[in-house]
Amino acid sequence: MDEITSSATPTLIFDEMHTTEGEVRHQYEAVARQLFNLPHEALVQKQREAEMLFRRLGITFAVYGEAAGAERLIPFDIVPRIFGAQEWARLEQGLKQRVTALNAFLHDIYHEQNIIKAGIIPAHQVLNNKLYCKQMQGIDLPNQVYAHVAGIDLVRVDANDFYVLEDNLRTPSGVSYMMENRKTMMRLFPDLFAAHSVAPVEHYPQMLLDSLRESAPPYILNPTIVVMTPGAYNSAYFEHAFLASQMGVELVEGKDLFVHDDKVYMHTTEGPQQVHVIYRRVDDDFLDPTVFNPNSTLGVPGLMNAYRKGNVALANAVGTGVADDKSTYLYVPAMIEFYLGEKPILSNVPTWRLELEDDMRHVLAHLPELVVKEVQGSGGYGMLIGPTSTKQEIADYRERILADPANFIAQPTLALSTCPTLVEAGIAPRHVDLRPFVLSGKEVRLAPGGLTRVALAEGSLVVNSSQGGGTKDTWVLED
Amino acid sequence: MLSRTAEHLFWMARYIERAENTARVLDVAHRTSLLPDDTEGAETHLWYAPLNISGCAESYLAKHTLVEASLVNRYIALDPDNPASIYTSLMLARENARSVRGAITSEMWESINATWLEMNRMMPTMGQDCPTCFFDWVKERSHLFRGVTLGTMLKDDALNFIRLGTFLERADNTARILDVKYHILLPSVQDVGGAADYYQWGALLKSVSAFEAYRKVYRDVITPQRVAELLILRSDMPRSLHACLNEVETTLEIINGSSGRESRRRAGELHAALHFARIEDISNQGLHEYLTEFLEKIEALGQEIRLGYLARREEFAPLPMQKLTMQVQ
Repeated sequence: MDEITSSATPTLIFDEMHTTEGEVRHQYEAVARQLFNLPHEALVQKQREAEMLFRRLGITFAVYGEAAGAERLIPFDIVPRIFGAQEWARLEQGLKQRVTALNAFLHDIYHEQNIIKAGIIPAHQVLNNKLYCKQMQGIDLPNQVYAHVAGIDLVRVDANDFYVLEDNLRTPSGVSYMMENRKTMMRLFPDLFAAHSVAPVEHYPQMLLDSLRESAPPYILNPTIVVMTPGAYNSAYFEHAFLASQMGVELVEGKDLFVHDDKVYMHTTEGPQQVHVIYRRVDDDFLDPTVFNPNSTLGVPGLMNAYRKGNVALANAVGTGVADDKSTYLYVPAMIEFYLGEKPILSNVPTWRLELEDDMRHVLAHLPELVVKEVQGSGGYGMLIGPTSTKQEIADYRERILADPANFIAQPTLALSTCPTLVEAGIAPRHVDLRPFVLSGKEVRLAPGGLTRVALAEGSLVVNSSQGGGTKDTWVLED
Repeated sequence: MLSRTAEHLFWMARYIERAENTARVLDVAHRTSLLPDDTEGAETHLWYAPLNISGCAESYLAKHTLVEASLVNRYIALDPDNPASIYTSLMLARENARSVRGAITSEMWESINATWLEMNRMMPTMGQDCPTCFFDWVKERSHLFRGVTLGTMLKDDALNFIRLGTFLERADNTARILDVKYHILLPSVQDVGGAADYYQWGALLKSVSAFEAYRKVYRDVITPQRVAELLILRSDMPRSLHACLNEVETTLEIINGSSGRESRRRAGELHAALHFARIEDISNQGLHEYLTEFLEKIEALGQEIRLGYLARREEFAPLPMQKLTMQVQ
């Protein structure tokens, strides 16, 4: 997940709950009435109860570098983030549009490459990309779907404008928090749910299961589906186990699987059983040591052969990384127009490509105001956040840019919207983002909601859980 | 079902059962220690028994020189360095559950996780004033977990492997507890059948929740032979070896698939031997010798189940408990 950086001059920050005149927006009225009238101590007490629930449920994430098995909670904020039916409808439309285009793009570049031939996106951008997987060339996938599960990171900058920060098309995580946050809120504040009609998200696993079933090799009537995890010490292990049990399928590790005669089997107490769809939460590199990273112990030797023969489906497909790469991101609006003939509903963050001379000149002149990122970096590493960097850091980064301009892009620092949040001093606005999860099988599906992450420190725009970020329940109201 | 899942479920159940029975072993030692006994070295003698039974005498002596109540209690109940401690068993039970939390119900996970969290919370003060309170707590958590398991789980192979683990471990543990009398050697022959003997057997019966059952079944004084009969041969006694093997055998019969033929054969053999055994013969062979042989067979059956059904993964499997060969010096 990416970090988000702020404007040095937060002039017009959109507040999710209050208008600029200080009035409470319609969708927040009941929350303002029922929740904010409670004494601070009562809210703090609820917060504690929530924490206890999460700990008891064991909804934790492992932290790399700490003792094996060390488990931490992601802070949960009890104030929900609320969308009205109409604003959500537009978001939903935009998300479906974007993911449809991204899947069309992936199918195209692994087949005819029309978008390159049409000159919309340069060949080197695709074919020389480290994440372009030549083993995928020419393989036909059911429904031509590559990214069965997409996590699209959005930020809001005003009432009508959402920017897409990043498309996560590999193994996006966080959906279990979307569901557990809802469960916790319903347990803590049943009254709030009585006063609102909040669209349910509990059917997400069923939607996922449907999408996976539809993605099975076409001749299989009743496919065996599994969730594949790197193991109990993976940071998202809770989610892997959660989804497997919610779908009623086995949670497997690489060592539970083997390939025989280009078919994939799992070791069971009754002997080998064939597997048809693998919802894998293991990165491409670790899937098959005979094709990718030979040192991987997480994978299954021979898996890629079985995959290429069409005997097993992988969700997400191998090689989707080329489409969620930061430099490919720039072309997504063009993809939407090229494949769908539509205007993009969701905007990209305005981005300067340093390989272009004009862009380069502008960026170098405005470094202290901008965010500069490496094209293939992820997780917030190797970035320059202009407004919070020292002169020396900026000067050093400038040297790096000049050495290899094509490796960098720059974006303005964004004024992320804020949402009321319970903090020590009471209820105060804190910056939020949103990750909805878009599913693709025979059709494109979306649960009404997503994971709202909140930067708990005042003024902070870093929502990463490793750096003091928390989560909120995300409501979509029905009309 | 997935072999690895079956293995984790099997060990999860074994560790929970082991924690409970370890609490029972300490309980019997504690109850016995309350009986008057002024022979020299009685305390050392008495507290050596639970160490020996749970197979951790050697590691204990590497750490402590003195064998006395509070140290032994602490070592067996709470010491994270002791692979046979209640603490370690609960930790491993939870680790195994965590590895297959998709295969157990959320109520089961919450129960086992809450036990572990509570254990850690109580750690600093646990058992200081009231050792039996701690033993009762462990037993209660185990009862609760078993109840949640039976009350919420689908009756499929996942449940079957849990039951297999539970009853295999219980058979092993009951045999060990019954052998405690061999380790708490009586000071002299004339005490056999005396008051001390009566109370010691009474303590043992209570520790395996069999005191009331004994009264109901025999309506007579407590004799070693009857205690042995009750805990070995009575099929209606829930912790007896016969009852455990009943469960193991029927469970193996209903597990799906054709693997595990050898496990079924061995379990059937062991069960039949218990079914037709006579307590006189066991007495003639010697109770300790009989139990030692039984423990070897149970271990062999466990190995066979492993080969027949479970994955070849080693991480969460424990070291086999040491055999009961060590003697009080």
